Amino acid sequence: MIGILRVIQPGMLTTIQDHGRWGLQARGVPVAGPMDPCAHRVANALVGNQSDAATLEVTLIGPELEFEDERVVAVTGAAFQLTIDGRQAPHAAAFMVSAGARLRFGSREQGARAYIGIAGGVAVEPTLGSRATHVISHMGGLAGRQLKAGDHLPLGDRTATRPLSNRLLAGAAPPLPAGRATIRVLPGPQADYFADEALDVLQSAPYIVGAKSDRMGFRLEGPALRHERGADIISDATPLGVLQVPASGQPILLMADRQTSGGYPKIATVISADISTVGQLAPGDAITFAVCSMGEAVAALIAQEQRLMALEAQTP
Amino acid sequence: MSTARIVRAGDSVLIIELEERIDPTVNARALAVADAVQARRLTGVLDVVPTFRSVAVYFDPLRTDYDALHALIEREAAEANPDASLAPTPLRIPVCYGGDLGPDLEAVAAFASLSPDDVVRLHSEGTYRVFMLGFVAGFAYMGIVDARIAVPRHSTPRVRVPAGSVAIAGVQTGIYPAETPGGWHVIGRTTVKPFDAARADPFLLKAGDAVQFYSIDRAEFDAAPSEASPEDGTASAR
Repeated sequence: MIGILRVIQPGMLTTIQDHGRWGLQARGVPVAGPMDPCAHRVANALVGNQSDAATLEVTLIGPELEFEDERVVAVTGAAFQLTIDGRQAPHAAAFMVSAGARLRFGSREQGARAYIGIAGGVAVEPTLGSRATHVISHMGGLAGRQLKAGDHLPLGDRTATRPLSNRLLAGAAPPLPAGRATIRVLPGPQADYFADEALDVLQSAPYIVGAKSDRMGFRLEGPALRHERGADIISDATPLGVLQVPASGQPILLMADRQTSGGYPKIATVISADISTVGQLAPGDAITFAVCSMGEAVAALIAQEQRLMALEAQTP
Repeated sequence: MSTARIVRAGDSVLIIELEERIDPTVNARALAVADAVQARRLTGVLDVVPTFRSVAVYFDPLRTDYDALHALIEREAAEANPDASLAPTPLRIPVCYGGDLGPDLEAVAAFASLSPDDVVRLHSEGTYRVFMLGFVAGFAYMGIVDARIAVPRHSTPRVRVPAGSVAIAGVQTGIYPAETPGGWHVIGRTTVKPFDAARADPFLLKAGDAVQFYSIDRAEFDAAPSEASPEDGTASAR
């Protein structure tokens, strides 16, 4: 059965996201997708969706939403006070929302971005194979923009019709950072463009997430990283989680909405297993970088994937 | 090739970097490596992104045979130089140069100590190679622009550059597919859309294509349909 979700209040920046628009970066199409991929997957698993179904990504200030029909819903990622028609609802657990009921986000307790998983998923028409919203290029989601009051979102056929048991949820997603996080990086792809001591400098003191940070990237403020061979390179690919360093020496951590290419050297790259933690940081939070080995990076990713797959295996 | 090196970006991207220059032969090799990786359809490979002189392969480290991927790329990079010559029939793109559609034409002329007409002539005489796409969907980095008009970027980018703007930055030229901020010198505007999600092929250009620009006057620009028709042998005829 197809339903409608009405946006009463949109929140600060609420967008439709799925796993992202992969396969078209050679044509300049940014990937987009969730800032916290683990929380997005957990939200889908809790409501019985496939892992690539579209969720709503909520940023810092949450929305108020009205459901036309009865739905299983789960809110994961950042912890907010949640109510359904004034009654408290749980964080990171599936619950029923009855037809006509309103889900309202209250104050934020921890983390930066929450994910609303809805049984059946948000069923807007995909653009180039994905429903992910890329606001800067007005692509995907609903008319390529963040949600606004009065929007009506189509929902897919209901998957789960009752809340899933939550016994495997604990620890499926990484713990939420409380204002600071240690983030592991691997050197490269262009660490040799920097002075010998730059990787030590990167790890020497915390970097603050700057006020101009957004879904494209986090502008970091901390010890300057000195280039050895200039701050311009011939433009090349800009992977998720790379630390690109313009002439100022202040790194920019590239995230979900990054461009496909860029012309600054990249000193190091955040390991995949720590991307979700980065996605939960807000302006003013602090990152301590720690270089790790490829073995540690892959082991951390395997452990994370096993926890997520154990949860997804519970999907009806 | 001794100048090629394979590096990693984190745990899920492998990059092969070729010679560090903007050069058709180097670019053709990058495209050949990218095509070979695409054609192999290795399990776990998510995206293959050729640029001027590198190829980034995005993969899922838990589902990809990394050694096989590495060996494939090493092998392809060692192949003989691919043909870097451009297609004999370049895609021809109409441009209305100067005026309010090309607000930087005078500045480029001043930079080059040439007349605006000379700038237009030099820009439209060249046959350009699409080296790569990036920035936004459908934005093609083309070159190589005549050194006399290779004006550097604005020190402060414009907040809004209209869709269809034709612009120069150094030896590169390009068409803005959408209204975005931009630091390139805008010398004209085209009616052709480099990207249209609703079109059967949303992308006008791909890396390796050949492009020429030709001058149209304001009346022709205003009269043109938003996209050249297939019959007139221009942009959408391909």
